[in-house]
Amino acid sequence: MKLDSKIPEGSISEKWTNHKNHLKLVAPNNRPKIDVIVVGTGLAGASAAASLGEMGYNVKAFCFQDSPRRAHSIAAQGGINAAKNYQNDGDSTYRLFYDTIKGGDYRAREANVHRLAEVSANIIDQCVAQGVPFARDYGGMLDNRSFGGTQVQRTFYAAGQTGQQLLLGAYSALSRQIGVGNVEMFNRHEMLDLVKVDGKARGIIARNLVTGELERHSAHAVIIASGGYGNVYFLSTNAMGSNVTAGWKVHKRGALFANPCFVQIHPTCIPVHGVNQSKLTLMSESLRNSGRIWVPKKKEDAEAIRAGKLKPTQLKEEDRDYFLERRYPAFGNLVPRDVASRAAKERCDEGHGIEANDTNEGVYLDFSTEIQTKGRQAAYSQGNHNPSAEEVTKLGKKWLEEKYGNLFAMYEKITDENPYETPMKIYPAVHYTMGGVWVDYNLQSTIPGCFVAGEANFSDHGANRLGASALMQGLADGYFVLPYTVSNYLADEIRTGKISTDSPEFAEAENSVKEAIDKFLSNNGTKSVDHFHKRLGLIMWNKVGMARNEKGLKEAIEEIAALKEEFYKDVYVPGSSDELNPELEKALRVADFIDLGQLMAMDALQRKESCGGHFREEYQDSEGETLRDDENFAFVGAWEYMGYDISKEVLNKEELKYEFIKIAARNYK
Amino acid sequence: MSAAKNINITLKIWRQKNAKAKGQIETYKLDNVSTASSFLEMLDQLNEQLINSKKEPVAFDHDCREGICGMCSLYINGRAHGPDTGTTTCQLHMRKFNDGDTIYIEPWRSKAFPVVKDLVVDRSAFDRIQQAGGFVSVNTSGRTIDANATPVPKHDADRAFEAAACIGCGACVATCKNGSAMLFVGAKVSQYALLPQGKVEATQRVLNMVRQMDEEGFGNCTNTGACEVECPKGISLENIARMNREYLKASII
Repeated sequence: MKLDSKIPEGSISEKWTNHKNHLKLVAPNNRPKIDVIVVGTGLAGASAAASLGEMGYNVKAFCFQDSPRRAHSIAAQGGINAAKNYQNDGDSTYRLFYDTIKGGDYRAREANVHRLAEVSANIIDQCVAQGVPFARDYGGMLDNRSFGGTQVQRTFYAAGQTGQQLLLGAYSALSRQIGVGNVEMFNRHEMLDLVKVDGKARGIIARNLVTGELERHSAHAVIIASGGYGNVYFLSTNAMGSNVTAGWKVHKRGALFANPCFVQIHPTCIPVHGVNQSKLTLMSESLRNSGRIWVPKKKEDAEAIRAGKLKPTQLKEEDRDYFLERRYPAFGNLVPRDVASRAAKERCDEGHGIEANDTNEGVYLDFSTEIQTKGRQAAYSQGNHNPSAEEVTKLGKKWLEEKYGNLFAMYEKITDENPYETPMKIYPAVHYTMGGVWVDYNLQSTIPGCFVAGEANFSDHGANRLGASALMQGLADGYFVLPYTVSNYLADEIRTGKISTDSPEFAEAENSVKEAIDKFLSNNGTKSVDHFHKRLGLIMWNKVGMARNEKGLKEAIEEIAALKEEFYKDVYVPGSSDELNPELEKALRVADFIDLGQLMAMDALQRKESCGGHFREEYQDSEGETLRDDENFAFVGAWEYMGYDISKEVLNKEELKYEFIKIAARNYK
Repeated sequence: MSAAKNINITLKIWRQKNAKAKGQIETYKLDNVSTASSFLEMLDQLNEQLINSKKEPVAFDHDCREGICGMCSLYINGRAHGPDTGTTTCQLHMRKFNDGDTIYIEPWRSKAFPVVKDLVVDRSAFDRIQQAGGFVSVNTSGRTIDANATPVPKHDADRAFEAAACIGCGACVATCKNGSAMLFVGAKVSQYALLPQGKVEATQRVLNMVRQMDEEGFGNCTNTGACEVECPKGISLENIARMNREYLKASII
């Protein structure tokens, strides 16, 4: 298949403006005759549904949660990037563009990323106008902080709850449109298939999760904004319900799935506690502004700590290895996530891990230096130029509480340890997926009329996403990109008229969903859905995780294919189809995760290079850094579905051209 | 940190087939629960046990499991979100319980939150209140004024944020003897009332949201303050007072 990315001509800073000026429009009187479906109500989905509703289209929005406000964007903690340069530290649209391309290890499309950087400032204006309560300084101006992979302060935040505040902002805009009838909201509904008529996306089959009824919904365009697929690993920082099903159904109907192996393992999460663990909890990257990451220099100290014989606070400064500051002095603790995660893994693999669990995997995130620095500053600003040690500590802790109070409280609830007194224990965990449904510059998949936004698409982050850029992308796609590009598509639909759901295509899609459900419910196997999901997760984490190699990937492909057979033969799903049945919901999602897991391993196997979050052990330099192969792998790998046997999927390549940024080795030293 | 250990517990759980069915408390024994597990991981363990013996698992709402989405609920031993304060059910850990404990688990109880199944309730009334006025009427063009054009005093911004931290879980309603939603509505009204961007349509907002709240069948506030105690996000009663002031002001104008 020939992939046309539809990148507009012209200089990088003119592309989006010129493109917008030439896109087709739909007149206001025609918009109410046109139906648009939006699947997912996170930042991308809620903002898209609100914006399209506001324009006057007839929008139907779907979420599987009991309210659109619960989508997992809500859990994003640290912040949102925007090239405002309010801090006067040299930021610009170009810098944000450059940092994002470099952070993504030169595997993202230049034109998309530049557009993202261009609209970033508008996002902040928009959110403030909507009443999003960002953090402010004493002059009443917006405050900023730093995130990984940058040397400026461009991250806007609302304590450690930025995602919550932004999502509630988008939810309020969505609610306004629901209130006036422009958007019809379907809570507790899950999309289970895409309906194509004459090659175009024309609707979806959704299951009402309360009654179990299968519903046919038609539309002139379908937008998928269903989030990422991190839960393929079972344990991740995603919500329990986060799934790939909407994206995978679109893939099965012909949309290509791009770069599935690009997964972000976030360095600062709370380590695993035991076999019954259901999910992992992130500790925001913003903490790396104030926390220093270390492990004991000597293995025997690490052993003593694990055995409970030594406390981290007792270890002398010279016995600590601040390994990020040591290896990457220019960026220190604020290197990008993939770099920080691998460095933590390297130390733990060498036996310096401090967590007393099965794997001994854990490193410290220590705030004691910051407590002293900020405490002294606070005392000074209060006119106390000779503060006592107690005063400094007290003021320093107060400062930390104001900045990160909710994160510290969250940590204490989970671990029963007080991070103001003893360093946090953290370890990398699956957090975000850069891969997703392939889309062109207009965010349209290879199926006409099927658009994909936010984490569900592959478009902006290359092989590694920078912190505080997911929120930016979600809102950029929904507020500022899709309203233009979807309208351009819909301009040719004004004469189409209402699309009937009585067509054979709708019947076929509904039947295939019904068959899948009936098969699970009548399967009479012996093992729960979770049993299979956990096994899939272990294969993925061990062989398609932070470090990958040819042998492991080949094994993973075989093992997952075998797991799939066993799953369909032996899974047990209780209950019936005509009621609220969470086990059935899980079974349908895990079926898609199994397919995707195999494809991820295949994608990781074909990509014989290391880049960003994709680390192939065979391709590293003498210092353990990633070795990219720009000659052979500067492409987007987009997979085409070929039926039940995933190993038959075909790889298509979209070549990445760097016209404006010079492609170079990534260096944070 | 106290080292994790395993405990055996008895669970008394509300089971109800659907909204129309009559429900009852069922008793379950669950052994070897790690005290490092979260409360919901304990319920996962129970469900795994039920599934393995071909019984129907307990339905309960949950999603993010880190205390921010507001989807989890549960009345645990007579308290919304269980015995800990400032905590959602998903953040509650089994170390708060002892070996041999009997734990009662019920759904939110409120006329405005009908039971869907077992421990799952319908909180869409909250969405409808928000739809009635919980927003600033600004188009999503991005063509507004610069974000720093209107300074907002830090004190006001911080108070607005504290009100906006509400996760919409409904614990306030569930715990209130009147089934009142005034803490929820007060928090939303306050967030906007405290910010210059929200002031323009403050009058209409509070009237519309309160009207919808009443239509949904929530009770009135009698200042017992239970909502504030049980709110996992520590939303202050001051927000109810502020809403009352806004409402009075709006009614007089």
